[in-house]
Amino acid sequence: MLTYFQTYLFISFTVMAAIYAYRGYKRVYNNIQLGKKEDLSGNTSERVKSVLLVAFGQKKMFKNMIPAVLHFFIYFGFIITQIELIEIFIDGTFGTHRIIYHAIEEHSALRAVYVFTISFIEFVSVFVFIATVAFLSRRFIIKVPRLNKPELKGFPAKDAAIILLSEIYLLICIFSMNTADMAIHHGEYGFLVSGLLMHGFTGWDVSSLQVIERLGWWCHFIGVLALLVYLPYSKHLHIILAFFNTYYARLTPKGYIANMPEITKEIKLMMDPSATPPPVDANAAPVKFGAKDVFDLSWKNLLDAYTCTECGRCTAACPANQTGKLLSPRKIMMDTRDRLEEVGSANANNGGVWKEDGKSLIENGFISVEELRACTTCNACVEECPVLISPLDIIVQLRRNLIMEESNAPAEWNGMFTAMENNGAPWQFSQQDRLNWKND
Amino acid sequence: MQVKSYAEYAASNETPEILFWVGCAGSFDQRAQKVTRSFVKILNHLNIKFAVLGTEESCTGDPAKRAGNEFVFQMLALQNIDVMNNYGVKKIVTTCPHCFNILKNEYPSLGGNYDVIHHSTYLQQLIDAGKIKVTDAASFKGKKITYHDSCYLGRANEIYEAPRKVLEELDAELVEMKSCRTKGLCCGAGGAQMFKEDEPGKKRINIARTEEAIETDATIVAAACPFCSTMLTDGVKSMDKQTEVKVFDIAELLAAGQGLEKISF
Repeated sequence: MLTYFQTYLFISFTVMAAIYAYRGYKRVYNNIQLGKKEDLSGNTSERVKSVLLVAFGQKKMFKNMIPAVLHFFIYFGFIITQIELIEIFIDGTFGTHRIIYHAIEEHSALRAVYVFTISFIEFVSVFVFIATVAFLSRRFIIKVPRLNKPELKGFPAKDAAIILLSEIYLLICIFSMNTADMAIHHGEYGFLVSGLLMHGFTGWDVSSLQVIERLGWWCHFIGVLALLVYLPYSKHLHIILAFFNTYYARLTPKGYIANMPEITKEIKLMMDPSATPPPVDANAAPVKFGAKDVFDLSWKNLLDAYTCTECGRCTAACPANQTGKLLSPRKIMMDTRDRLEEVGSANANNGGVWKEDGKSLIENGFISVEELRACTTCNACVEECPVLISPLDIIVQLRRNLIMEESNAPAEWNGMFTAMENNGAPWQFSQQDRLNWKND
Repeated sequence: MQVKSYAEYAASNETPEILFWVGCAGSFDQRAQKVTRSFVKILNHLNIKFAVLGTEESCTGDPAKRAGNEFVFQMLALQNIDVMNNYGVKKIVTTCPHCFNILKNEYPSLGGNYDVIHHSTYLQQLIDAGKIKVTDAASFKGKKITYHDSCYLGRANEIYEAPRKVLEELDAELVEMKSCRTKGLCCGAGGAQMFKEDEPGKKRINIARTEEAIETDATIVAAACPFCSTMLTDGVKSMDKQTEVKVFDIAELLAAGQGLEKISF
């Protein structure tokens, strides 16, 4: 039924979208590679288990039932709709119409499977629709606190609206397509939801229905391509990166903060009076402690930043944020990503070479010292994240830079460090008095 | 009270069963010293051969590490490891979750490999082994106790049940706060916050947590961390509730339950 012109359009749109999408995803990949190396290989079975439970199984989402169920519908709906997309691709490429349906013999078991599958997708899609409307109202009408924090002003709020509205747009398209198709064929396909909806088209002439069917088909397909291209610029990228992020999540206890081996070497030299310091390599890059910019973070921190979908469970659980401090773990992730984007585009415009821009991830409109200072390292943010992101890991690395490179510490902390060095305690007590408690 | 240092054990060619890591709060802070003594009374009562490092113990380096000063942390850690490895320390018990976390998780890659256990787990094991018997020396009957999860025990190391099991030994009702276990709200002390003023905000974190504790109507707030105890005690005081609500460490409560310690609640 499709003309050659339609096939031509279909293939050109697909190729164009593929090129733009490739560029977008490649950009994200390249930017993540700007981070420092960190070996997270090995433990494959444990990692696969984490992907299955946390990403596929959405285990951590279910700590909070209402959003978990709503999110599950959208997630599940998204996955099973891909089945219908297979047929759309074949039809578009070869100019056929519902090729799988027609290829299957009438009254066969396979035909029943086809009809059941499409009906099931339609059935789930109804819930996807309800969930999407619920999400829109939670965000923009009920105004759930975590979805209305200052860091979401501007593009992030728009991004969220774009994603949710495109979801509704896609649903309208696919239902128009199926319903009109059903009406044209007098319900021959036997689909569940469009079979009910088609009564709305009673009395319509076939040519108008065909226009609706074609419009639905094309708008749905173009919408899918547009989303594919938009995804790497959106917080919605979590639908892909969540799988990678849960795979590469650290397997150590949450309380563990990695030691810095470069410092161990120096301290061992310091503690051993007979040690001879290694010869200084004048050409070696100066050692920098902690992280000041995205380059100093691990690639996993950067993957975390791109995986974040800005749900704000971390921020809602953060004791500092709850008590009105500036710190918001979600903002830590968003700032890291935004700075990385800035660095990435500057690099791309400069032939892939980084030209110092006099800025960094600390201050400069990104993460402020005040935010970093407010963290109690309580791990509430890490515990909450449904896709195993660690804002705390970034906070600690940035704190290291402030203390060890910038000597930027509150006066009380400087006093504490001095006491620790001199008396082996964070207070000014003599080490000789350490056993005094037993005398009372 | 019987307290012997590792040096004394070594001098008499004896090996203690376990090293009791007292920590800075337990050594110097007057409130935490009481917890140290209560815990020692329990150990003494059971004739457990434990040692302390005494004047050879230094801060584990936790507040420096979490503040971002890896130099000070590693300097202290390497010193402590040197001391402990010289004595051949195998097993450590500590009443401080911060010491527990760092000794257990961060000392190994610096050469300090020990079997580290927090006193909540240690006490629970003694209870499970039938070694600790609560008497009616202190009557907890009719009292409500609420347990505050320490971040460094709970989320950091997934120890949620041990301290609760210890409290269940007492004849009191255990009630939970609005946020508990994995969702437990921090007391506000971690990450070296204990040692500096808060950043500007609407409220102090310890007040937010104390409010949750008071909402439970419990008259005893149980903690398993010296810093949490301090923060919550301050919170109770600043809400002017110190006559109705008392903050105790689980070791103090258990020692009182065995008649080894007198506490007023």
